[in-house]
Amino acid sequence: MISIGLESSANKLGVGIMVHPDDGKPPQVLANVRHTYVTPPGEGFLPKDTARHHRAWVVKLVKKALREAQISPKDVDCICFTKGPGMGAPLQSAAIAARMLSLLWGKELVGVNHCVGHIEMGRLITGATNPVVLYVSGGNTQVIAYSSQRYRIFGETLDIAVGNCLDRFARTLRISNDPAPGYNIEQLAKKGRKLVDLPYTVKGMDISMSGILAAIDGLAVQYGLDGDWNDDEDVANNASTSDDLENAKPTRADLCFSLQETVYSMLVEITERAMAHVGSKDVLIVGGVGCNERLQEMMGIMARDRGGTIHATDERFCIDNGIMIAQAGLLAYKSGSTTALKDSTCTQRFRTDDVFVKWRD
Amino acid sequence: MTTETYTPPPLPPPFHNTPSHQMHLITQGAEAHLYKTTYLSPSTPAALKIRPTKPYRHPILDRRLTRARVLQEARCLVRLVREGVNVPAVLAVDWDINNTNNNHNGGAGGGADDGRGNGAWILMEWIEGCVVRVVIQRWERYIKSRSASASGGSSGVGVGAKRQVDGEVKLQDNEIEEEEKKVKGLLRRVGAAVGALHKAGVVHGDLTTSNLILRGAEEPAAEGDGEGVSPDMQGEVVLIDFGLASQSIQDEDRAVDLYVLERAFGSTHPRTEPLFGEVLEGYRASYRGSGSVLKRLEDVRMRGRKRSMIG
Repeated sequence: MISIGLESSANKLGVGIMVHPDDGKPPQVLANVRHTYVTPPGEGFLPKDTARHHRAWVVKLVKKALREAQISPKDVDCICFTKGPGMGAPLQSAAIAARMLSLLWGKELVGVNHCVGHIEMGRLITGATNPVVLYVSGGNTQVIAYSSQRYRIFGETLDIAVGNCLDRFARTLRISNDPAPGYNIEQLAKKGRKLVDLPYTVKGMDISMSGILAAIDGLAVQYGLDGDWNDDEDVANNASTSDDLENAKPTRADLCFSLQETVYSMLVEITERAMAHVGSKDVLIVGGVGCNERLQEMMGIMARDRGGTIHATDERFCIDNGIMIAQAGLLAYKSGSTTALKDSTCTQRFRTDDVFVKWRD
Repeated sequence: MTTETYTPPPLPPPFHNTPSHQMHLITQGAEAHLYKTTYLSPSTPAALKIRPTKPYRHPILDRRLTRARVLQEARCLVRLVREGVNVPAVLAVDWDINNTNNNHNGGAGGGADDGRGNGAWILMEWIEGCVVRVVIQRWERYIKSRSASASGGSSGVGVGAKRQVDGEVKLQDNEIEEEEKKVKGLLRRVGAAVGALHKAGVVHGDLTTSNLILRGAEEPAAEGDGEGVSPDMQGEVVLIDFGLASQSIQDEDRAVDLYVLERAFGSTHPRTEPLFGEVLEGYRASYRGSGSVLKRLEDVRMRGRKRSMIG
């Protein structure tokens, strides 16, 4: 069976095509194309403009995906789209495209929960059967474990998501949004050495990120690091290589480094707590922040010390994409769920544990 | 990703010379390893909680957190002992293993020392008894085995439910009532213990029935031991594991404490959950000001984000 998935919950528009061979062979990716709406440094993406970008690109991407997969519309069994959670206007653009394709080709629709899409794609790619899942992206931060037909949320952020925290700090520092602000923070953080004191806000299995963002934004202003970069910035960066770290003035790199170290420690800590609670040894990281190598490294050390393993994927599968929607949608379709045209709405709030997972034991 | 084998860090001094038969690993939680050992004389048992360093964390951050948390735990316990609340007494604490003497040298020395500490430990009074979770679970099994009706339709421990008594082992209605009275008494004492804690200005942060010990109750020696006998429920309720505790007198924090206990109770003891009201009654009677906390608890229960979490 073949499904096509449309993903547009944030600034990425993704179209993916998955096949589940009828002879029981493992599922395969036939096409995975994506186009990202990139804004200038210092700016975030607004729902209206992002939706306009998606509407302009969706037909091109669907055509490209069909070409790459070397299939025609009549080979497709179902059309999957992101029902939520995400930004309203961008979500609507792909939902409209999915409805149009459904009517045009006469195929069934399947609405997919974005978070479940991430989890199912991560499970497929890494082969992890029943891990504790850390789902970290620009809009979501959750620690999830599967139990009796639901992906249960054990811990989550009480305010903003970790990716949102990083993105907004990148805006403060005027770091480029191309290819992604988080990626550029990661590269800059590799040069950082000095750890500045930031709040550390783990509350049981939950975390809070807004105070950390306020604190580090404050530090950036205090040291004159917000706003545009100076030409002598590189010289200033090199200053931190002196041995007197204690008294050195922090650089942009140091702030990025400190922010990463602090928030990733919090994420690993709540993941470890969930693992101890449910007695699982394996951990799967999904979502855009999940391709951060420092986070993967820290999680790997923690998992090793608990006698387990970490499963992580690269940017093709971690960052929002169409195949994860196609994969989760096809699983739902095979277990008999479809979405009628009149129900093919989308919603900004759609909790992971609202989905009845019919396809797992 | 590679999986190297991991050996737990060796015991820190002064415990590195303790003979292994006097040092038993009880549990390995997310934060700490708990050992049973002895204090001063081999006949005085003590609980040793070691917080090893977390290698995934930045050394400076790790040291800061480990130190702050173990000190927080010790301070809360000392305060509670002074206030007469039933908690284990603190015997000794080392918040920065191997480094207590040169604490003022600053953490971030260069060279080979990356500033990472060696963890911390806290040594506490050993509470002899059985955790309330096990007591209640044994009781639930006992009631189930003695009240299963011929139709097999026993659901919960409903008060005064008509049961078909066709063998000696089955309990009469009045006996079931007696049994429920017993567990209700225990639950009230749990509520009173939490009330005493809150009255003393501390919130626990991680209340579950595993973090409550019934002093003097017998621990079943082996799986299946003591089955068929209604467990003893006498004795004081002692609160343990203050790793997430903090000092607070806010209604909000206190209410969240009760909410956490309620959730944990529901997921661990579904059959006894209908009796949870007894805990709250015991709490209400335990100190002035409990009323407003219970009112706040109703608000906390309504919060959407928490509603769909499971404990």
